[in-house]
Amino acid sequence: MSKSTVSLSPSADAWRRLRRNPIAVVAGIYLVLLLTAALGANLFTRYAYDFQDTQRYLTNPSPPDHNHWFGTDDLGRDVFSRLLFGARVSLGVTAVVVVIEALVGISLGLFAGYRGGKTDLLLMRLTDIMFAFPDLLLAILLSAVVRSGSDALPGWLSLGTLFFALGVVGWPGMARLVRGQTLALREKEYIEAARATGVPERDILLRHLLPNLSGPIIVQVTQDVAAVILAEATLSFLNLGVQPPFPSWGRMIFSSLNDMAAKPYLLIVPSVALAMTVMAVNFLGDALRDAFDPRLRE
Amino acid sequence: MLAFIVKRVLLAIPSLLAISFLVFLVARLAPSGPVEIIAGDKATPAVVAQLKREYGLDKPVFAQYVNYVVGIATHGDLGKSFQRGGQPITEMLRTDFPVTAQLAWQALLFAIIVGIPTGILAALFHNSWFDRLAMLGVVALVSVPSIVLGPLLIMVLALHLRWLPIDGWSTPLHTLLPTVTLGARSAAMLARFMRSSLLDVLRQDYIRAAIAKGYSRGRAVWKHGLKNALLPVLTVMGTVFGALLSGSFVVETIFRVPGIGFESINSISKRDYPVIQGMALLVAVLYIVINIAIDVLYGVIDPRIRSQETPK
Repeated sequence: MSKSTVSLSPSADAWRRLRRNPIAVVAGIYLVLLLTAALGANLFTRYAYDFQDTQRYLTNPSPPDHNHWFGTDDLGRDVFSRLLFGARVSLGVTAVVVVIEALVGISLGLFAGYRGGKTDLLLMRLTDIMFAFPDLLLAILLSAVVRSGSDALPGWLSLGTLFFALGVVGWPGMARLVRGQTLALREKEYIEAARATGVPERDILLRHLLPNLSGPIIVQVTQDVAAVILAEATLSFLNLGVQPPFPSWGRMIFSSLNDMAAKPYLLIVPSVALAMTVMAVNFLGDALRDAFDPRLRE
Repeated sequence: MLAFIVKRVLLAIPSLLAISFLVFLVARLAPSGPVEIIAGDKATPAVVAQLKREYGLDKPVFAQYVNYVVGIATHGDLGKSFQRGGQPITEMLRTDFPVTAQLAWQALLFAIIVGIPTGILAALFHNSWFDRLAMLGVVALVSVPSIVLGPLLIMVLALHLRWLPIDGWSTPLHTLLPTVTLGARSAAMLARFMRSSLLDVLRQDYIRAAIAKGYSRGRAVWKHGLKNALLPVLTVMGTVFGALLSGSFVVETIFRVPGIGFESINSISKRDYPVIQGMALLVAVLYIVINIAIDVLYGVIDPRIRSQETPK
């Protein structure tokens, strides 16, 4: 049915199909806007996220007006600022965690899948142990245990605990995926040819195997991003994640619970932001999976 | 069959030991010890030493761990709380656990009642408006976390319409919102999985053969399709159950449900780490036991799994 005979590379084909999916386009645009807002949070906001506007506003929280578009919270802080800086915190934490777990997962998976034998066995037993436990639960328990044993954690350790709790539970999924795909590709003729002509192992892994795994890896990364955004918000909601004065959507939701009858906007603003962001990532992930699915190629 | 069960139980032991040791160790790596915190700043070194002896914290970490594990193994002793006048943790679990179990059970029931029929209908009417709507709803529900869904339900149904109580756990009516909040995501997961599983089955030759033989489509699905499509759904039950357990921490906190999740979160601010340790261990054991049970059940229903796993 195609008019031209020009053949596209798998990724170019996937990109073309992605652009034709309206839901994916909307989700993509939303995420680009969000990322811009998060990176430029200090340009788009008039107040610092921890500035308490108690001089002009004697009763806080105060409803939205021309000074504070989304009102102020119980300490007189601008909700709009906290929303944008909260996006920075949420996306920043997510980026760090996903990069760590992807690096660990991909390299271990490639290595185990290609080498096989004892390396493979050891890695698979390790992922078995990790898989014996649900991700979020493990993250909750890890952070809970760390926090219960101490007074107030210093900032870096608190953030470190968060990265560790979220990162340590994420990598096995990626490792298994990459290992499985590598096992399948290892026996292909082009890999055999590369091996026969003496291409070093590192080049086989990085230049012949990895590029052919990009589709499944990208799909998995999208899923991980959604999972980590949710996990960070949930941990912060339970006071196990990002600590004050840093804003977090999850903590903003928690703080709004006491007064939601009178100040519904304090609940609605971060809730909508969180739900829309996760939804956009999930829709984009679904579209990517379809776009990379070879059975759906034209 | 017995060999299969034994193998699954043996495989779970390293996971359990790893989890318990991790939980145990991490608490002891924390900057300030629990005894210093409960004793306060003004406590004399003698008082601190006395407390340490009482809780067995004067021994090396590894010896403490061995004592802890031996205590659990020999007489189910999980230690005692640092607060609440040293109440034994097993006693606290006896009051808190039934609440969490009821919440999880109701949420699971809700997820099955809503998720499975939705998935079946979506598969039967593949690509219809119902299918599309249901799958859109699934992505939406999976994306709206319980920390958003719970408060929004409270705001609309409890505060504005005043149909339901805001929080607490005293009457069946009180359990409605927590149940729905906890079960929603699982319902979506089950619907999506049920749909794809049934779609796979519908493409199989034996369904086409049944229809060719003169069965109506509905009868072919009912007699041959559903049973085979439900089997893979059983395997995701472990994941669903895990989601319910982790979700109970959040949902119990939102609705102030006096279960183990709420109690654990409360104990964090009180730095009552024997309680957290006990609850963490209980949740871990529970999760692993349920997963073994699901695997065994799967083996009972599907003989192929059994013969694969057990050596002849």
